[in-house]
Amino acid sequence: MRRESLLAALGAIGLVACAWAVPWLKFVLTIALAKGIAVLGILLLLRAGQVSFGHSMFLALGAYTVAFLAPSENEVLLLLPAAALIATGVGLVLGLFLVRYRDIFFGMLNLAFAMVLYSLLEKLYSLTKGTDGIRVAALSFAGTEPERGTQEWIVFGIALGLAILFGLLVRSYLASPMGRALAGIKTRETRLEFMGVPARRVLLFAYVLSALMGGVGGALIAMTTRHVTPQIAYWTSSGELIFIGILGGAGSALGPFLGATAFELVRVYAAAAVAEAWQMILGAVLLLVILFAPGGVWGLLSRRWRA
Amino acid sequence: MSEVLLSAKGLRLAFGGVKAADGIDLDVRHGEFLAIIGPNGAGKTTFINMATGYLRPQAGRIEFEGRPILGLSPRAIVKRGIGRSFQLPQLFSEHTVLENAALAIAARRGIWSPLAPLLRPRWRDEAMDLLDRFGLRPVAEARADALNEGARKLADIAMAVALEPSLLLMDEPTSGVAAAEKMAIVETLVRVLRSTGVTAVFVEHDMDVVARFADRVAVWSQGRIAALGPPGEVLTDPKVRREVIGIAADA
Repeated sequence: MRRESLLAALGAIGLVACAWAVPWLKFVLTIALAKGIAVLGILLLLRAGQVSFGHSMFLALGAYTVAFLAPSENEVLLLLPAAALIATGVGLVLGLFLVRYRDIFFGMLNLAFAMVLYSLLEKLYSLTKGTDGIRVAALSFAGTEPERGTQEWIVFGIALGLAILFGLLVRSYLASPMGRALAGIKTRETRLEFMGVPARRVLLFAYVLSALMGGVGGALIAMTTRHVTPQIAYWTSSGELIFIGILGGAGSALGPFLGATAFELVRVYAAAAVAEAWQMILGAVLLLVILFAPGGVWGLLSRRWRA
Repeated sequence: MSEVLLSAKGLRLAFGGVKAADGIDLDVRHGEFLAIIGPNGAGKTTFINMATGYLRPQAGRIEFEGRPILGLSPRAIVKRGIGRSFQLPQLFSEHTVLENAALAIAARRGIWSPLAPLLRPRWRDEAMDLLDRFGLRPVAEARADALNEGARKLADIAMAVALEPSLLLMDEPTSGVAAAEKMAIVETLVRVLRSTGVTAVFVEHDMDVVARFADRVAVWSQGRIAALGPPGEVLTDPKVRREVIGIAADA
């Protein structure tokens, strides 16, 4: 636990140092933090033995909330809660239906909803501008509109702060009775019912929390890229979140951030080194992780500590 | 308070052509230890599944403490005060034994606190006490899937006891346990259950266990109760010995 906290503190300092030393990395690391927050939600579902193949829909909801609202209300401190609220609300409505299903049915139904959203975002051109996407209007921060470089630092800082906040929240949640019951869904759901615990409600809470974090992650991505397209809801984006979850490891709330940072850095450098084959490099990395480090980056680190 | 705790009347349930329950009438009395014996396939587990809401009979009724429970979910029935353990222990295999016990305690006290730890001091102490009573303290920090079968059975029952039921239905609490351990396990169980005043119904194949610990024995045969009474009478009945115990011993 102490080592986990130490690693988190060192990681946060390392991210700030990297963003300061290599300014263009600030963009990459903000995206990594935003995706890490969303992948925390994937981690919760993985604890229950469930994989959502459509979780990027919540990223899309958060991102499009920012894109739609920014022209009329560009205050970041209002846009973020609005994105979280929309994603949470949709997560609750969909979750009431989805938590009745398990395993492949749970995964594919999530995918189906995500693809419906993708299609709507792509086809409703008059509203969403289709595949052209929506450019996010200028943002204000606590009533001020700082210049571009400062804005980037502010969004980076908010992403880092929220990553720490959600990381702590998820760590406490997983150690709580609800979190332990969530893990019980994976191994003995029947037992939960015979203890008087409604397994569906336990999973629904996790699902809604994961939707909230997905929405926040999506909002941060929109505030960073300043351009939102339906691609964010596409199934490959959901696959990317699962990829990051496996890469980082589900054993700790740090895993998603380790995975997201590694993923974004490998992607950037692989794309720079071999522009045509960066996906092949990512695929090879995933294969290596599955074969030799099934606990992900976090698993590798914690195994080294135990040794 | 009525002497009868659980009352089943005319329970019928068939799976295709197989009659798992063919007119079961049974009253379970307050405070007794009732053993259910009979060959495999006689419908013993089906009765437990019906009484705990896992299966719904096609006919008949079940009352617990004078109130009907038919149609209630397993969760609702647990809340009424009927606990159960399983032939194959249903432990949370990735959790420690202590966490399994604490989760059962949390289930009784309310699990809806997403930020307070499961192993908070009070619950940890209560879980340790529970494990102590079942002789499981030495394996409290072990993962549940690392236990031997005897300890798994005890942990499974401890989790049901943590819910503080009035009636505990145990499905073969000693099956799969080494013969040398069997009596010690049942002695532990009986001591804990008697001390808490829990009424117990248990399915059992070992006639020595039944003769020693049951107050009454119900003999199941082809979905019916073939005999019911004190072990001294039932287990010496030539028909039961020939048709049921002989078959059960072979099973």
